Amino acid sequence: MYQYDQYDQAMVDARVEEFRDQVARRMAGEITEDQFKPLRLKNGLYLQLHAYMLRVAIPYGTLNGRQMRMLGDIADKYDRGYGHFTTRQNIQYNWIKLEDAPQILADLATVEMHAIQTSGNCIRNISSDHFAGAAADEVVDPRPYAELLRQWSSFHPEFDYLPRKFKIAVIASDTDRAAMRLHDIGIQIVKNDAGEIGARFYVGGGMGRTPMIAPVIREFVPVLQMVSYAEACLRVYNRYGRRDNKYKARIKILVHEIGADEYRRQVEEEFAHILTLGLEPPAEELARIQGFFGNPGLVDGLAEGYDRSDPDFAVWVDQNTTPHKQPGYKAVVISLKPAGGIPGDATADQIRLMADLAEAYSLDELRVTHTQNIVLPHVKQSDLYALWQKLDEAGLAAANLDLIGDIIACPGLDYCSLANARSIPLAQKISARFAEPERQRDLGELKLKISGCINACGHHHAGNIGILGVDRKGTENYQLLLGGSEAADTSLAQIVGPGFSEDGIVDAIETVTEVYRAQRTEGERFLDTYRRIGMAPFKEAIYG
Amino acid sequence: MVDHCLRYRDDEPVGDPAVTVDAFAEHGNATAVRIEPGDDARMLLPQLGRIALIEINFPAYGDGRGYSAARILREHGYTGELRAVGDVLIDQLSHMRRCGFDAFAPDKPITQEAADKALATWPEVYQKTVDGRSPIWALRHGR
Repeated sequence: MYQYDQYDQAMVDARVEEFRDQVARRMAGEITEDQFKPLRLKNGLYLQLHAYMLRVAIPYGTLNGRQMRMLGDIADKYDRGYGHFTTRQNIQYNWIKLEDAPQILADLATVEMHAIQTSGNCIRNISSDHFAGAAADEVVDPRPYAELLRQWSSFHPEFDYLPRKFKIAVIASDTDRAAMRLHDIGIQIVKNDAGEIGARFYVGGGMGRTPMIAPVIREFVPVLQMVSYAEACLRVYNRYGRRDNKYKARIKILVHEIGADEYRRQVEEEFAHILTLGLEPPAEELARIQGFFGNPGLVDGLAEGYDRSDPDFAVWVDQNTTPHKQPGYKAVVISLKPAGGIPGDATADQIRLMADLAEAYSLDELRVTHTQNIVLPHVKQSDLYALWQKLDEAGLAAANLDLIGDIIACPGLDYCSLANARSIPLAQKISARFAEPERQRDLGELKLKISGCINACGHHHAGNIGILGVDRKGTENYQLLLGGSEAADTSLAQIVGPGFSEDGIVDAIETVTEVYRAQRTEGERFLDTYRRIGMAPFKEAIYG
Repeated sequence: MVDHCLRYRDDEPVGDPAVTVDAFAEHGNATAVRIEPGDDARMLLPQLGRIALIEINFPAYGDGRGYSAARILREHGYTGELRAVGDVLIDQLSHMRRCGFDAFAPDKPITQEAADKALATWPEVYQKTVDGRSPIWALRHGR
């Protein structure tokens, strides 16, 4: 894992002091809320319906036990004893006091963490594959490239007042576990025929009210030009992205309006100029960063296999673990989606327990997934049973990864000032309706995603089943979408028909699952069946 | 010149009023020009040598096009005064300086003391820009 040197630490410490000063000026009335807003947003502090919300960055979703423990301690000390893991691999605290915020940032800085650029119209925290470093199918570990971009994008002086927020994801395998093409820039690290490493740039994807899948802007950028190419992509956007309408300001609209070819032409022209400026960190810097991402302590020669005699354990291990590139290991997903629970929420005690388990069983590493779960990436197969027992005792052993209970949901109208409808109670109702584990397993892979408004923080466009909360004449109403996917076969979900009440949508989902069960052929996932038979049979069953 | 201009250069301030980019293109003898957010700074590149002052206007602090305009001008060798005018706030000075601005004429005056403090916020910088500071990656590798 990456470790700060004195420079990184000095930058984060400087940020803490700057923000302490800004909060003091705000509390003394020296600056107005209007002037303060962009400053607090640059530090992840939102003013929500009931309190301030602080979003803490977890760069590329990777953290160690000490950092995780601090997240638990912050939940106890400054919030109400829990935290909420988000779809951008970050954590949010929903009950923060303004006067505490600088001290929280100071506490985070002691464990090499921060809330820099987790909101505002700037380059946000960079996300990545949650199995990076463990996945058998990766070309290289994508995280060193993400770290290089993290440093480049931190306090970037030219790109702090972009037309709109800007999200970057970096992956390095053909299997996309990070919804890469639904980002403003998606980078896939690839190897060319000559065996050289480079970056494939996808630009102009996104969700929100106008979902778009990013086109390829360049197939291969040599790795030692990646930062310069990103700089060119951003500069074209900063100059020509729309600023007349907040809802048309994301880069996807620019790329869509001028076309990928024209955008590419402008980027290439800017790139040729930028290459002459010598802005690119040298190979030694990439090598230095890569040095932190070597073998974390995996040992050779371990046997494959483990005792599966406990049936509950066998169910969990089949559902929630994934093959590891190193023989004798597995990557384990801890589901934060217990039956009837709030997706992504964890108590302070659970967070600290996961920190302990990471230290004991996963070479001191954890990951946050964009599906709001936690990964222990490097677990010896011989430790799986002991690990499962401890998770089970703490209510963290829900065996529902990628099943209908593994719901993504935004905070919704319970917290968020943008929301039109509540997401959390609906997620809980759906989770309760399908609580029976056998029923979930029978339905198989089924990704259900809920957004409480058109901004799509709950990724409803990418749900096999997507739900969008809207406001209809003052009452909450839910639209049903089918057929989305965020994986390598990215597709956008389509609206089925008129919306439903909260109870009505739960019934409609049940109907959808019954249609699938009746129509599926051997081995077909829900998404496969939908793609084969189309919308009509589902629509017919729901609306008759 | 405006009364409350903070300058980080030693030469005499330019007294001429700045003209618009269009007027500058039409009347070839102006030495001061003012860029609005929608203007293309690259239009000025052929004439950079005879310009002594470029003002970049920020009608609203949240419109960041002026940062790119400033860097483009400096990257192409402009050495005259580059002045940020308009809704220029204390918390933006440091990034503006990094993008090549060396004078500030904010709508709401900023004291010299406050500006100097703001400009000293960052002990080091991550990016190489046009301000001559060595980025952290260069310091790490003795470049």
